[in-house]
Amino acid sequence: MNPVEQAVVWLNDPLNWTNPGGVLDRLGEHLFISAVAVALGCLVAWPVGLYLGHTGRGGAAVVLISNVTLAIPTIALLTILPLTFLGFGQRPVIIALAVFAVPPLLANAYTGLREVHPEVRDAARGMGLSGPQLLRRVELPLAVPYLAAGFRTAAVQVVATAALASFVNGGGLGQIISAGFGLGIATGGGQILAGGLLVALLALAVEGVLALLERLVTPRPLRRTGGRARRRAAAAGQA
Amino acid sequence: MSFRLAYRDDPGNPWFSWQYVRDNSDTIVAALREHATLTVQAVLIATLLAVPLAVLAYWFRPLTGPILALSGVLYTIPSLGLFAFIAPYLGLGTTTVLVGLVLYALLLIIRNVLVGLDQVPAEVHDAAAGMGYGRWGRLLRIELPLALPGIVTGLRLATVSTVALVTVGVLVGHGGLGQLIIGGFRNNTYKAEIVTGAVLTVVLALLLDLVLAAAGRLLTPWHRRGASR
Repeated sequence: MNPVEQAVVWLNDPLNWTNPGGVLDRLGEHLFISAVAVALGCLVAWPVGLYLGHTGRGGAAVVLISNVTLAIPTIALLTILPLTFLGFGQRPVIIALAVFAVPPLLANAYTGLREVHPEVRDAARGMGLSGPQLLRRVELPLAVPYLAAGFRTAAVQVVATAALASFVNGGGLGQIISAGFGLGIATGGGQILAGGLLVALLALAVEGVLALLERLVTPRPLRRTGGRARRRAAAAGQA
Repeated sequence: MSFRLAYRDDPGNPWFSWQYVRDNSDTIVAALREHATLTVQAVLIATLLAVPLAVLAYWFRPLTGPILALSGVLYTIPSLGLFAFIAPYLGLGTTTVLVGLVLYALLLIIRNVLVGLDQVPAEVHDAAAGMGYGRWGRLLRIELPLALPGIVTGLRLATVSTVALVTVGVLVGHGGLGQLIIGGFRNNTYKAEIVTGAVLTVVLALLLDLVLAAAGRLLTPWHRRGASR
């Protein structure tokens, strides 16, 4: 039997889905870990990014943070954090993932506020808006497409890297792949392939759903030119 | 002697230990070499694939969408999933890791080369055409050199993220320094081994980034600002 047939057989066994530690359990864990990590990342990155963007300071710091986190291997954080006061289990995994969610969220929040036209800002000032009012009523609504783009990038990245939590027994769908490798390629090949398929499909599904969400929250006039230019800005911010 | 060692009080689990580094220098150097080799090979192969694809997308605009979309999908697939796709076919070797790394680096390079090519001013284009350059001559002597800052940016991004990604190769037993990180974790969470692996990975990434940045600077003496990004 070749690996693809093995994978089909594995996926067609209902027990592989409903057993404790089966696909459904792992999917739940995966989604829970990812959701908490992204929420945590937003909680930290958005206020900081909005503040820096509002004041127009700290652009260099934002780029620096993105660059440095790019160089840190996920596995390093995943193995080091459990050894600190955090202890083993899901908590260090969530925090490690949140750390990697911060750069795209931060960079996009910052860029989003910086891209607001100076004339718009001047007009709002001229109408007598104070700093916080300017941020809440003018800059924030205009930055929503960027925030959504950052959210999508961060969420997809977190869902993808959550698979690596299996290296430290952190749960999630990656656990299925690791268990497959534990069985060896000859017997576990189908399970490895099936796990890979599930992880990939989940990431693509999250990407698709969030792309739709991004489109929904982007005001109609901004849509046509938006996507590509914004992603390019984000990529440039990362560079 | 062994009696005394056995009864020494807590041997401790320090975050870093020169003793460990000295005693295991062979393993560490071997891991570092594997890591560096995999990274350089992956980025080289990815570049050889990505630059022609980017040029193709640049010449034939309708191809831009599909090429970027395909590499985007590849990029979205989690590294663990990608390795899981490849491993059953290519086995537990460096080839599996290499193929995965190349597929990941592809998008970053294609996108940045394309951005670089797009930034070539239209006047330059026209001037070159007026001087009688054909498609290939213009590409090789004008457009690609002018796109170098973009290409170097792409290479740097790809290199740094590839260095971090090699560690996932642990899954098939060829993760370079990742081998130390996970090895230390499994070895009763031996902190010194984990930290040595992690620190060396980051240092390797920054070192390669610096080398590429310097190379980009040397290659584009007329474009200091662009190359320094």
